[in-house]
Amino acid sequence: MKILVAVKRVVDANVKVRLKADGSDVDVGAAKMSMNPFDENAVEAAVRLKEAGQASEIVAVSVGPAGAQDTLRHALAMGADRAILIDSGDVAIDALSSAKLLRQVAEREQPQLILLGKQAIDEDAAVVGPMLAALLNRPQAVAASQITVESADTLTVVREIEGGQQTVRVPLPAVVTADLRLNEPRYVKLPNLMQARKKPIETLTPEALGVTLSAHHRLLGVNEPPARAAGQRVNSVEELINRLRADTRVLP
Amino acid sequence: MKILLVAEHHQGQLRPATRHAVTAARQLGEQIDAVIAGADLSAVAAELATLAGINRVLQLDTAAQISPEQLAPALVNLAADYDVILAAAGTLSRDVLPRVAALLDVNMLPDLIRIESADTFVRPTYAGNVQARVQSLDARRVLSIRAPAFAATGTQAAAPIETRSFAADASQPHSSWLAEVQPHSDRPELTNARVVVSGGRALGSAEGFDTLLHPLASKLNAAIGASRAAVDEGFAPNEAQVGQTGVVVAPELYIAIGISGAVQHLAGMKDSGIVVAINSDPDAPIFQHADYSLVGDLFSVVPELTARL
Ligand SMILES: Cc1cc2nc3c(=O)[nH]c(=O)nc-3n(C[C@H](O)[C@H](O)[C@H](O)COP(=O)(O)OP(=O)(O)OC[C@H]3O[C@@H](n4cnc5c(N)ncnc54)[C@H](O)[C@@H]3O)c2cc1C
Ligand SMILES: Nc1ncnc2c1ncn2[C@@H]1O[C@H](COP(=O)(O)O)[C@@H](O)[C@H]1O
Repeated sequence: MKILVAVKRVVDANVKVRLKADGSDVDVGAAKMSMNPFDENAVEAAVRLKEAGQASEIVAVSVGPAGAQDTLRHALAMGADRAILIDSGDVAIDALSSAKLLRQVAEREQPQLILLGKQAIDEDAAVVGPMLAALLNRPQAVAASQITVESADTLTVVREIEGGQQTVRVPLPAVVTADLRLNEPRYVKLPNLMQARKKPIETLTPEALGVTLSAHHRLLGVNEPPARAAGQRVNSVEELINRLRADTRVLP
Repeated sequence: MKILLVAEHHQGQLRPATRHAVTAARQLGEQIDAVIAGADLSAVAAELATLAGINRVLQLDTAAQISPEQLAPALVNLAADYDVILAAAGTLSRDVLPRVAALLDVNMLPDLIRIESADTFVRPTYAGNVQARVQSLDARRVLSIRAPAFAATGTQAAAPIETRSFAADASQPHSSWLAEVQPHSDRPELTNARVVVSGGRALGSAEGFDTLLHPLASKLNAAIGASRAAVDEGFAPNEAQVGQTGVVVAPELYIAIGISGAVQHLAGMKDSGIVVAINSDPDAPIFQHADYSLVGDLFSVVPELTARL
């Protein structure tokens, strides 16, 4: 089974993003960038399938600026065999356009399984996986917390849904998106990174893939959410209850 | 502006979030049809027809567990008559609407918290640290809204219900439903509760949740929430996780107990009416987002609180 894993370069989860002074967009300028955490789960799942002898090759793919090479190196260091950068320059790419670019790569690579993260923590959209599945007319399993290979052409996937878990059977080829609970991504050690340097990263452009990107929406501006009014310290449980009784009707 | 509202139901109940989606739809226009798909729908379809603002209910009678892959093309067919396809953010919208959007060759704008005009919306990004104003350039718009950001619509005299038979295309590659685990609880649904009592890593164990949080939640008729750390440690079930990657709640009262207040957690609760934080560390970040801060050891504070209520 050949696996394609889509990885996105995003502002590191521990960084608090700043806004540009003119409010036009977030300022990612000097921020530390990392692989989207959910995509680490996706890569980890792919590598474990390969280690278990259930996957033959893992190809990592990223759509982004040249800097996304670092993200692909990380995927290679985790265990991907080769990588493809779709260099979209510095323009922001919307979800549909990303899905269309990924579709072209999938058409070329013909993977049995495409793994993505459930959501990218910059836009928090959680749409590219099912969009890609629809464009390829493939079945999907969104927010997987467990993936089991049942046979050469079927997976069983446990997925996180509102209020619980659901188990689905998914015929291959398919698209699966990873929840954080899927696994614990491995740490990359220096020797892994050294080895990853020898693995190939191919660079493609949207034009080379025959995709013309068109804008589907315009970002008019960004702001911080309104801050909550400063709260108060209460010194005892009794004081807390008195305040809550004064403020709300929800106490018994 | 014609709007197709995709209603969600579960275990024979209309999802409460649907009522909030109708309010969002009404901000976009007057002509709102609701579509609901599944088996044995008559009761939920009838309820849907009484949500104030709905002009017509389209009831698609399908197999009990219709796959997203098979439902999406059916919605795409209906979409031809509408300018907007809209649902409340939830399992159904996350599974199906991105597929619908891609098949319509439009982008999807998920998790809207404000509707400024027919094409301009506000949505949170970066774990809720940023609010982005976006203008859709697509002729047809596929949207989901966050239920807590919109009030629930009222009721009306029932709108007409049109039943449509639906033959799922078996040749369409699709996933099939095998099983579902939905722990039964007498408590209100987390996303819809007026009070949420949430516990963090500091609870220390599943027994901590059982012996400290559950009695308090019972007194308050509250749902139980948890931080990711508490879920990862196995103290609370996955579906209790509140935050960027869990559920987003905005109850009238949110009580955060032994939770530090990481941005990813705040993303799921900071629009709550009143926030109470109980934490032993006076510098815990959660206190900056709380209306009432109580510094103390939860193992003594929580039993006292429960006893005094
Ligand atoms: C991509 C990503 C997504 C994430 N998504 C989520 C999400 O959806 N939801 C979420 O919650 N987290 C999420 N996280 C994790 C988040 O960053 C934090 O790690 C997590 O919220 C911490 O949980 P906590 O507050 O329970 O634990 P801790 O940070 O360990 O805090 C425990 C708190 O308990 C207090 N305490 C200790 N003992 C006592 C006592 N006896 N009495 C009272 N207080 C005490 C401590 O002072 C401390 O403030 C995500 C992280 C990443 C990277
Ligand atoms: N620019 C991109 N390059 C590679 N993969 C991406 C890109 N954008 C999104 N993805 C994949 O799609 C998933 C969901 O992203 P999103 O729908 O934007 O939240 C991510 O976790 C990635 O696996």
